[in-house]
Amino acid sequence: MRNPQLGPGGELQHLLTLEGLPPEVIGRILDTAVPFVSIAERDVKKVPLLRGKTVFNLFFENSTRTRTTFEIAAKRLSADVINLNIGVSSTTKGETLLDTIDNLVAMNADMFVVRHSQSGAPHLIAQHLSTTGRGGIHVINAGDGRHGHPTQGLLDLFTIRHYKQEFHALTVAIVGDVLHSRVARSLIQGLTTLGTPEVRVVGPQTLLPTAVERMGVRVFHDMRAGLAGCDVVVMLRLQSERMKGALLPSAGEYFKHYGLTAEKLRLAKPDAIVMHPGPMNRGVEIDSAVADGKHSVILPQVTFGIAVRMAVMSILAGSQVPA
Amino acid sequence: MKIEIHNGRLIDPAHGIDRRTSLYVAAGKVASIDEPPAGWHPNRVIDASKLVVCPGLIDASARLREPGFEYKATLESEMQAAIAGGVTSLACPPDTDPPLDEPGLVEMLKHRARSLNQAHVYPIGALTVGLKSETITEMGELSEAGCIAFSHADAPLADTQILLRALQYAATFGYRVWLRPQDAHLAHGGVAHDGEVATRLGLPAIPSCAETIALDTIFELVRATGVRVHLARLSTYEGVERVRAAKRAGLPVTCDVAAHHVHLCDIDIGWFNAHCRLVPPLRGTRDRTALRQGLADGTIDLICSDHTPVDEDGKQLPFAEAEPGATGLELLLPLTLKWAQEERLALPIAIARITSDPARVLGLAAGQLAPGADADVCVFDPEARWTVDPASLRSQGKNTPFLGLELSGKVRHTLVGGQIVYEA
Repeated sequence: MRNPQLGPGGELQHLLTLEGLPPEVIGRILDTAVPFVSIAERDVKKVPLLRGKTVFNLFFENSTRTRTTFEIAAKRLSADVINLNIGVSSTTKGETLLDTIDNLVAMNADMFVVRHSQSGAPHLIAQHLSTTGRGGIHVINAGDGRHGHPTQGLLDLFTIRHYKQEFHALTVAIVGDVLHSRVARSLIQGLTTLGTPEVRVVGPQTLLPTAVERMGVRVFHDMRAGLAGCDVVVMLRLQSERMKGALLPSAGEYFKHYGLTAEKLRLAKPDAIVMHPGPMNRGVEIDSAVADGKHSVILPQVTFGIAVRMAVMSILAGSQVPA
Repeated sequence: MKIEIHNGRLIDPAHGIDRRTSLYVAAGKVASIDEPPAGWHPNRVIDASKLVVCPGLIDASARLREPGFEYKATLESEMQAAIAGGVTSLACPPDTDPPLDEPGLVEMLKHRARSLNQAHVYPIGALTVGLKSETITEMGELSEAGCIAFSHADAPLADTQILLRALQYAATFGYRVWLRPQDAHLAHGGVAHDGEVATRLGLPAIPSCAETIALDTIFELVRATGVRVHLARLSTYEGVERVRAAKRAGLPVTCDVAAHHVHLCDIDIGWFNAHCRLVPPLRGTRDRTALRQGLADGTIDLICSDHTPVDEDGKQLPFAEAEPGATGLELLLPLTLKWAQEERLALPIAIARITSDPARVLGLAAGQLAPGADADVCVFDPEARWTVDPASLRSQGKNTPFLGLELSGKVRHTLVGGQIVYEA
């Protein structure tokens, strides 16, 4: 089966998932992002790579942070950006997802950044564009259901590479609600693709999906064992609604078993970094002392996220060399 | 009308017949085989020398979408699909809108089907009113109106007390009950098999134990009530094992599998292919192997199409939101042949699973070609190859995970009640 995000020559047409993406393609995105980090430090933060292009941020599910970083990324590339919170407009009036897409295509969109509560929605949009002869329009998955969040995965990889240089000797622990986490899936796929020898997932059985070890990870239920000797600790956000469905008894008990404290972090390597995709629940999955501590790279993640999204957009638009 | 189906390979599993011979049809019945009746002057001779002649197929589950869902399919379109697929009798589940829970609806459906004069339609009545699992239906009235069994289709029936009462009531009068074994709570919200694929794609999952727990419950209730239960759409390895043990223990149960589950597994979902959004979900390769073997050794009594036409809009949605089901009436024969060929089984075994076996389970006299039987006949070319595409399907539903697949086996003539209703 052909990876639906690659063109006939293997070039990146859409960014839908990190699964099946060749390591060279991931490496090229990360390399392209490096100079974009420094652009943000200039007085004039704009480059003209997407001048004249129109990027639609289609958010069928609310997310201020991800939408904002995509918006900043597109604007720094000089694109025109249109933000649409579709959760509160068309679909509530009965318009189907693909009707919405057709309407926006008629407004001459060049790129769709899609956030949707259903796994696979960006694939559906990409497939629809290609079967209706508009394969030149690019789709970026900004998070779909539990399936994937590839730009988050890429910014996590960028952050790890920034602090650890190489992947081939790393131990990475991903802690928390892996079951519902698109961030975890994308990061696991990215890390295994780049040859990370040990990727661990840590959590109770209720929050780990069936057969997750088949994704190439080691499963730990005991957080202390899972953190032992780690170079990177990635904490996942725990949604408050998880307390309602018999997955967990309480936030307090969760924090006791799976919350990251300075004491537990001492089990990891002395130079371990701590990451979190945000927004954080302080005192639920992470202690404030750790979130704000010297191991934390949570704020640099946000900065790198803009550079990585600029890299993805410019590569998709076919003009990746920064001025 | 006298028809001679000349010199074909006649396969009639009910009577152990598999030989080259001729079938003589007169006055709507099978007049004789091998030797023509006295003074035989046929109106029509069909040369079947390169063809297989068998009883008309019996599809144990085909949704015709009437009443209520005529925008997805109509009786006219789906009856055309049936006869094009060699299907001359079909049972339809009660999940129409409104559900088949009162005699007037059943009579109307039977009347509409009869007036089309094509395949025979055997409605399965709703087990509870509105399929709401609150009140049991008037099974006596429904039975008189033409229901051959009662089922809850794919609607959840979580309340075991209601289930017990419904089975007790059905057992009192000897009605057959069809149940799809699936624990409603464990299946809640799930759209894919709980395994590697659902994990990778982030799809809400249904574990195999949703099936086995339901089977164990049903078996206990069968022991308690003595009701005859048919288990619809088995999907798991463990389920096949349980049914095998239950049959060995002498429980009055039968079961079926849908044609797509015989050939596909969760890997076929690929990148969210909504055509693979099916109920029950496609499971793993080990499950598929068990289903194929169970069908071969008779643990699974029959194979059905589970025909469910869905309009294009219903499938142009993210996987979990897409409407489940696949069109199948026209694929039942070639998919059954494909299974038998891949498993190196003799053709009569394949034919039995779609003729005499469903006839036995449904309690029909059809599915056999003894002299005196209604002349419902399927004449097909087992070698003819064709590609599944929207244009090749008569069903209004073009939704099938087999689009683009080349299959062997094409129906050339379909007879219902001694009349040729389809030729190609």
